[in-house]
Amino acid sequence: MNRKSRNKRLDKGFSILGIASIAFGLIVLLVLIIDVFLDGSARLSWSFFTSFPSRKPELAGILSAWVGTVWIMAITALIALPLGIGAGIYLEEYAGKNRLTDFIEINIANLAGVPSVIYGLLGLGLFVRYFNLDRSILAGGLTLALLILPVIILSTREALRAVPFSIREASYASGATRWQTVRYQVIPAAFGSIMTGVILAMSRAVGETAPLITIGALTYIAFLPQGLSDPFTVLPIQIFNWVSRPQKGFFANAAAGIIVLLGLTLIMNAAAILLRHHYQKKIRW
Amino acid sequence: MQNPTFEIKAMRASYGAKEVLKGIDINILSNSVTAIIGPSGCGKSTFIRSLNRINDLIPNFHASGDILYRGEDIYSGDVDVVDLRRRIGMVFQKPNPFPKSIYDNIAYVLRVHGFDMREMIDEIVEKSLRKAALWDEVKDNLKQNALTLSGGQQQRLCIARTLAIEPEVLLFDEPCSALDPISTAKVEELIHQLKQNYTIVIVTHNMQQAARVSDHSAFFLMGELIEFGKTQDIFTKPVDARTEAYITGRFG
Ligand SMILES: Nc1ncnc2c1ncn2[C@@H]1O[C@H](COP(=O)(O)OP(=O)(O)O)[C@@H](O)[C@H]1O
Ligand SMILES: [Mg+2]
Repeated sequence: MNRKSRNKRLDKGFSILGIASIAFGLIVLLVLIIDVFLDGSARLSWSFFTSFPSRKPELAGILSAWVGTVWIMAITALIALPLGIGAGIYLEEYAGKNRLTDFIEINIANLAGVPSVIYGLLGLGLFVRYFNLDRSILAGGLTLALLILPVIILSTREALRAVPFSIREASYASGATRWQTVRYQVIPAAFGSIMTGVILAMSRAVGETAPLITIGALTYIAFLPQGLSDPFTVLPIQIFNWVSRPQKGFFANAAAGIIVLLGLTLIMNAAAILLRHHYQKKIRW
Repeated sequence: MQNPTFEIKAMRASYGAKEVLKGIDINILSNSVTAIIGPSGCGKSTFIRSLNRINDLIPNFHASGDILYRGEDIYSGDVDVVDLRRRIGMVFQKPNPFPKSIYDNIAYVLRVHGFDMREMIDEIVEKSLRKAALWDEVKDNLKQNALTLSGGQQQRLCIARTLAIEPEVLLFDEPCSALDPISTAKVEELIHQLKQNYTIVIVTHNMQQAARVSDHSAFFLMGELIEFGKTQDIFTKPVDARTEAYITGRFG
């Protein structure tokens, strides 16, 4: 048998394998989603969003959980966005290439792969205990900010690196300073990809449970936080709490909570994709 | 005898350990067009990109020797590189408009240099596009993204962008190599007109082009300047056998 037809067969075999594995993934996902919908859709109602958790499953809702999630996400974004994007811009555009920056780069890449529960331990030791922030919204937001910081730095650098050298060259050649070049050419050109990375990082943070449980986030809260120093819970913790209850009713609540959480991440990911699409259409080199 | 715009003595340039210019001595005369010719890889781009220090962007690049621009050593510590690049404009091989509107491509370089009055920017945008022979083609679509223009139009936009800040010197690094013959003719015609007011250095691998547009020609080979003189002389009675071999197309 000649090489060409062998390659052709290999090609075909590989694409069948690829399609099969994609199909497998999609089917599993679909089954999960259908299952969750069957279990939880009956509980989705206005009052589910406006009720506090309760001992009676029919009365329980996710009010404190989604409000907590909004608070935590806001704090996380407020801290991680400026720091992460700023650090990414500095490392990519300003810092020289030397041993120190190589070392920093490797470490950031490693940090992005550290299991989230470790960040929880760090948050517990640093924010909750050392800085005496207690199990507050601030401590939770800071912990998640640390968690997604390396991801944001990496994706920002990636986005900046994708801006063609010719654009920088054109800008410098017309007598622009580095700051003008970065501010008016490089960042706008990379903006879509930077935002895509940020949204994907945030959508990862939305579903994080382990680090927040580690710092001691509550699982049952029947009031709304009024400020940064108040205790909190978030959607995934509420879901986790309901799943671990024996009553059937709570199981349905958990499923309904999962639908909400899924919807939220889906919306964020869709926003990321739309953004990328929008900017790709606008900017093509 | 006019004062040379650039006086270059014993210029060397290297990327890391690789030396690519090995002692160049050349004077670039004011208000004339100097063509840099030579086979690819001989250091033409490195040479021209050293004149406005744009090659500083390349890590590991190093230039030494005397490179005097109007009597001033441009590689000395106290030169303001940003100002130098404003005074020495450059057009690149591949058109590199910003991914912005036609108008903003020019407005950006004006804003960079502190222009902020709207009417003034409007005026210079039009003036520069006219000088670059692009105005009539784009005047109704100034808000259109520059990347939707054809290659030849993009290159003329880049020329307009360079002219907008009124540099003293124009550097062209193979400005037509990515263009079709009609666009090439337009750009050449443009260079011909710009010659009145600017000192121009143009790298080209196209012999006819060098013969058509330049007053002086410099033949580079493997990092050395082999011959420099009036274009007419270089093309009709070259002194060095290697120059003759090159211009008659015997090696390339
Ligand atoms: N960024 C770079 N890094 C390392 N070597 C380079 C770089 N740019 C060019 N060179 C080398 O320098 C030599 C001269 O290149 P260049 O000046 O671009 O020549 P030309 O423009 O005449 O084709 C070539 O051998 C090329 O491989
Ligand atoms: Mg070249």
